[in-house]
Amino acid sequence: MVKVTSEMREKAQTVSLVTIYLDGREVRVPEGVTLLEACRMEGIHVPTLCHFEGLSPWGGCRMCVVEVEGQPNLVASCVTQVRGGMRIWTSSKKVREARKTNLELLLSNHPLDCQLCDRNGSCELQSLAYQFGIREIRFQGERKVYEVDQSSPSIKRDPNRCILCGRCVRTCREIQTVCAIDFANRGFETVISPSLGLPLGESVCVNCGQCILACPTGALSEVSHVEMVWDAINDPQKFVILQTAPAVRVSIGEPFGLPPGTVTTGKMVAAFRRLGFDRVFDTNFAADLTIIEEGHEFIARLQQGGKLPLITSCSPGWIKFMEHFYPELMENVSTCKSPQQMFGAVAKTYYAQKLGIDPKDMVVVSIMPCTAKKFECQRDEMRASGFQDVDFSLTTREAARMLQEKGIDLKEMPEEDFDDPLGISTGAAAVFGATGGVMEAALRSVYEILTGKTLEKVDFYSVRGMDGVKEATVEINGMEIHVAVAHGLGNARKVLDEVKAGRSKYHFIEIMACPGGCIGGGGQPIPTNLEIRMKRIEAIYQVDRSLPLRKSHENPAIKRLYEEFLGEPNGERAHHLLHTHYVPRERM
Amino acid sequence: MSLVYQDVEAVIAKYREEKTPLLCILEEVQEKWGYLPRDVLGYIAQRLEIPSSTVYGVATFYAFLETKPVGKYVIRVCRSAPCHVRGAMNVLETLKKELGIREGETTRDGKFTLEVTSCLGVCGVAPAMMINDVTYGNLTEDRIREVLAFYRD
Amino acid sequence: MFYRAHVLVEMTSGSIALGAAQLKEQLEREIARLGLQDEVKVLETGSFGAAIPSPFIAVYPDNIVYAPVSVQHVRKIVEEHLLKGRVVKELLFIGERGRDVTAFIPLSPMAKEKRVVLRNCGLIDPLNIEEYIARDGYMALAKVLTEMTPEEVIEVVKRSGLQGRGGAGFPTGLKWEFTRRAEGEEKYIVCNADEGEPGTFKDRLILEGDPHSVLEAMAIAGYAVGAREGYIYVRAEYPQSIRHLEVAIVQARERGLLGERILGTSFSFDVKIRRGAGAYVCGEETALLESIEGKRGEPRVKPPYPPQRGLWGKPTVINNVETLANIPPIILNGPEWFRGIGTPTCPGTKVFTLTGNVNTLGLVEVPMGITLRELVFEIGGGIRGGHGLKLVQTGGPSGGTMTPDLLDVPMAFDTLPRYNSALGSGALTVIDDTHCIVDVVRNFAEFFLHESCGKCTPCRVGNRRIVDILERIAKGLGTLEDLEKLSYLGHYMKATAFCGLGQAAPNPLLRCLEFFRDEFEAHVREKRCPQGICAMKPQAQPKKTLRV
Repeated sequence: MVKVTSEMREKAQTVSLVTIYLDGREVRVPEGVTLLEACRMEGIHVPTLCHFEGLSPWGGCRMCVVEVEGQPNLVASCVTQVRGGMRIWTSSKKVREARKTNLELLLSNHPLDCQLCDRNGSCELQSLAYQFGIREIRFQGERKVYEVDQSSPSIKRDPNRCILCGRCVRTCREIQTVCAIDFANRGFETVISPSLGLPLGESVCVNCGQCILACPTGALSEVSHVEMVWDAINDPQKFVILQTAPAVRVSIGEPFGLPPGTVTTGKMVAAFRRLGFDRVFDTNFAADLTIIEEGHEFIARLQQGGKLPLITSCSPGWIKFMEHFYPELMENVSTCKSPQQMFGAVAKTYYAQKLGIDPKDMVVVSIMPCTAKKFECQRDEMRASGFQDVDFSLTTREAARMLQEKGIDLKEMPEEDFDDPLGISTGAAAVFGATGGVMEAALRSVYEILTGKTLEKVDFYSVRGMDGVKEATVEINGMEIHVAVAHGLGNARKVLDEVKAGRSKYHFIEIMACPGGCIGGGGQPIPTNLEIRMKRIEAIYQVDRSLPLRKSHENPAIKRLYEEFLGEPNGERAHHLLHTHYVPRERM
Repeated sequence: MSLVYQDVEAVIAKYREEKTPLLCILEEVQEKWGYLPRDVLGYIAQRLEIPSSTVYGVATFYAFLETKPVGKYVIRVCRSAPCHVRGAMNVLETLKKELGIREGETTRDGKFTLEVTSCLGVCGVAPAMMINDVTYGNLTEDRIREVLAFYRD
Repeated sequence: MFYRAHVLVEMTSGSIALGAAQLKEQLEREIARLGLQDEVKVLETGSFGAAIPSPFIAVYPDNIVYAPVSVQHVRKIVEEHLLKGRVVKELLFIGERGRDVTAFIPLSPMAKEKRVVLRNCGLIDPLNIEEYIARDGYMALAKVLTEMTPEEVIEVVKRSGLQGRGGAGFPTGLKWEFTRRAEGEEKYIVCNADEGEPGTFKDRLILEGDPHSVLEAMAIAGYAVGAREGYIYVRAEYPQSIRHLEVAIVQARERGLLGERILGTSFSFDVKIRRGAGAYVCGEETALLESIEGKRGEPRVKPPYPPQRGLWGKPTVINNVETLANIPPIILNGPEWFRGIGTPTCPGTKVFTLTGNVNTLGLVEVPMGITLRELVFEIGGGIRGGHGLKLVQTGGPSGGTMTPDLLDVPMAFDTLPRYNSALGSGALTVIDDTHCIVDVVRNFAEFFLHESCGKCTPCRVGNRRIVDILERIAKGLGTLEDLEKLSYLGHYMKATAFCGLGQAAPNPLLRCLEFFRDEFEAHVREKRCPQGICAMKPQAQPKKTLRV
């Protein structure tokens, strides 16, 4: 459910008001708002299915219809603007019957097996059916039966559960500008289809999973690694180690009833230790490592006249997007692997050696806010250890479900610490989870490495927050360094087109595929909306502030890793294990 | 470049001045090639810089655009009311019997595809059908056989 | 070159469907065989409407019409008439009440007819702009460009009371005025020739028989609202219309009647053709715009309406073919002349297309306010085979269902809604009493199922469920409750669907459920189809799994 946003309140203050009659009550609402918004301002959350925050209105599901006196037909409140004097009825007999019939018709072409569905408990169709007290479906008839599309390493499509609200299509088009899917056919035959009717795995889909967050039902979900992880845990031959991404600790409390934005680091560690992992480590350790490598890469390019701007490479959705749509910028993209993959490569080499374990017996599992990580860990380039560096990647949702299956309530857990040494990290790594975080972390280190001076103000506020494209200029050794941060691929496109056209002044650009950065990733708990994203971001900076060390190059475990194993940043061994290359992909 | 892509290029060139020529291009390419193969749709998408999912969405929306191979002659039998009440079902049945296929299918020799369609706008000569872009009206069993014989040669 | 005779062959989709092309070829062959090619010229013309059956041949200056003619008649007509000057009596077209056919010109083909939009159809060669010009063509355009301001043009159209002939009946002058007043440099005129309502083919015959009348009107509309560009969206089913338009546009450009600085004035206007691809919903004006924009033909949210934001977001007039064909005569004869035709609240003529189980099929143009009885029983010559009338579907499946009790209601945009009916596009599908109402209603419902765009739930799933229930009833598996469900779904769709298509889809169903209740009940109570049409026994359907 969308709350009244500050933007809506602002609108209310600056715009003139009109009087309408809502269910017989006289109310004043801002001119120009939709009936749906007006109702919500008055505390009536008119049910919707095709309406979704941040997307263009569609008006197709007809769930939000209301009765407007003087109009013979019901009107869809999501696409109708208020006019002064309007008399609106939101729960008249006609309205209730229409909405109920909408639901029955949708359900009449829907598998009624909620227990077998990924979205059991978080499905909007299911809750509406409950709220409307649907007890039978009066209109039975032909049903479409489709094959489930399991071709993608990240996203499973079950068209049988699709209600054709188009939220995924609009998300993919309007927010991400990927356009991997669209409506195909027409009438009762209408389906959502990947490009050219091919399976999703053969499309330009970048695996970001924003469509899953947008989907009201179980038509879109992640490809599950849960069974494989259980098997690994239950296999006595396997040494199973876990890494948890920066964004997971601020969101995994949500499925357990904690409010969005609750920091649960210690409880999370305790919970996964009890789930049976042999070691519980932190992707943040590898995030610090990424900063060292990427920071040095940036410094080298800056000093040796290398390709600039340098663009970050932590977000596998963005990487695939680049390979499809901006292959000409390939050399601008950092060769650094993402923290997930750096972790895997270090774990199966350095850590395996340290422990004296054969890496073939080691299973590296990640918990990620991300669906593209499933794709990333299976890429051919990600086998630096001689094995697949990261074996399985769970989304936050899957991980929470595993805890629930075992009967672990995260809320009740004690606070515990990550294991040594791959669990030690700084505040700079923590902020990776939010848009602007990688840039901020990099600037903290690059500044100190280049100037040799201590950076007093470590908070770079100008790169934080939900603005689509953020800019900052930092003076280092008398040189102005221009940086930009974009999150959401539609925003990224704006920056990238400038770079492509040679109009960009930037030296360093951070791009995250998902709005808000990783805390808004496609693997995060549902719902994920603007308000929840902002709360998770707040929590991320809370983690940063709470840590004694806030710069990656101060991480003692990282220092030890270079001394004992890697040698120099960007050195030969580091390059072999921690860097990668990209492949151009077809644009169609 | 294969023949089909050369043709596509020529069609695209013809509509270079047009603002939103996608549908025009799809129609014209199909006219030449009978249907719109997946690769051709992808090629058109790339050339027009329109997402291929969008192109596919358009190509599958319209009844006269085919994304799967069809016969040399596409027979479209009108099933709307003015033909229906003058025996359109008999027309369809006769065609099925004569061609040995059901609606939506193509004869094994690749010559005929049988489809039903909405009103062709020649209700004055109902029942009617269209073979490619030629319309036939006042159809009786004999006349249908006559027309088919013409196309069979 | 001087020809002693001109032979006009009706060349329309309808006549071609009956072999007119072969007829013309044969005619030319026979004329050449007898060496008459320098004396007799063969030309094409449009349909003359229901007044003359297809295909016809007219011989000028003798004013002789042969109809209907087939290939085997040609030799006799050429040898007897064209060579020897002897009329072939047995092939002569016998007009209304055996009227003498040589009185064919000047035209008064049927007593009730009043030709405004069909003024040239069947009389001129549509492929020759000279013939259009000879019959006052482009004079209205010349008049507005040289004597009238755009505001005056709009005023004339408003005062004429012309209403949109596509079916909605919206005042044309107002539409033009809204568009003229809308802000923006770029504006468009769009002609809706996506005539998809089953049973309607008036626009086709106008485009095939008199394409210039539409081009001229579009240019006038362009001048009135300040548009430089026009698009005609023609459905894919009308290749002949497209060919005639293409020729007409080229000819108009050559004569400076389209293009830059028309008739030497500062006004420039040009027209492009866009072809549909088989989607009824594109007749809905915003879906049509989407289609021109190269997208799926899904209707847009309204408001904003096209006069505010239309084609490519610019102010746009969308007018039907028949509406436009009325414009030049209104300009030339004045709004009072137009108001003198038809009814006071619904002036002008209407082109009706007679289809279905009526004796005379075809189109006929009559003043608004005519009754269905006159149309079906006088002009249409009554029901075929002496059967009784069951119903007349007006304006296609989305229009109105006229039962025999409504035969004497005057036909106009404002009168029919009082009887829960609608004039719509002017299609009249006459259905005789040998037909089963369940079968007829199912045919209408299947049409909507096939043509729904799928955007909104009520239309996408609702139409499917209506067909499902009707199929059950036709198999003898229906219940009384099913009849209630049909009615419930129908009312729900009317109130809830996104666009006019979904809202209108249940119209025939709801009306027939009421009027033919007994027949429906026979199906569900007694498991009996009174007309013996429905199979009334179930068949197994195979299940399929589809990949997308």
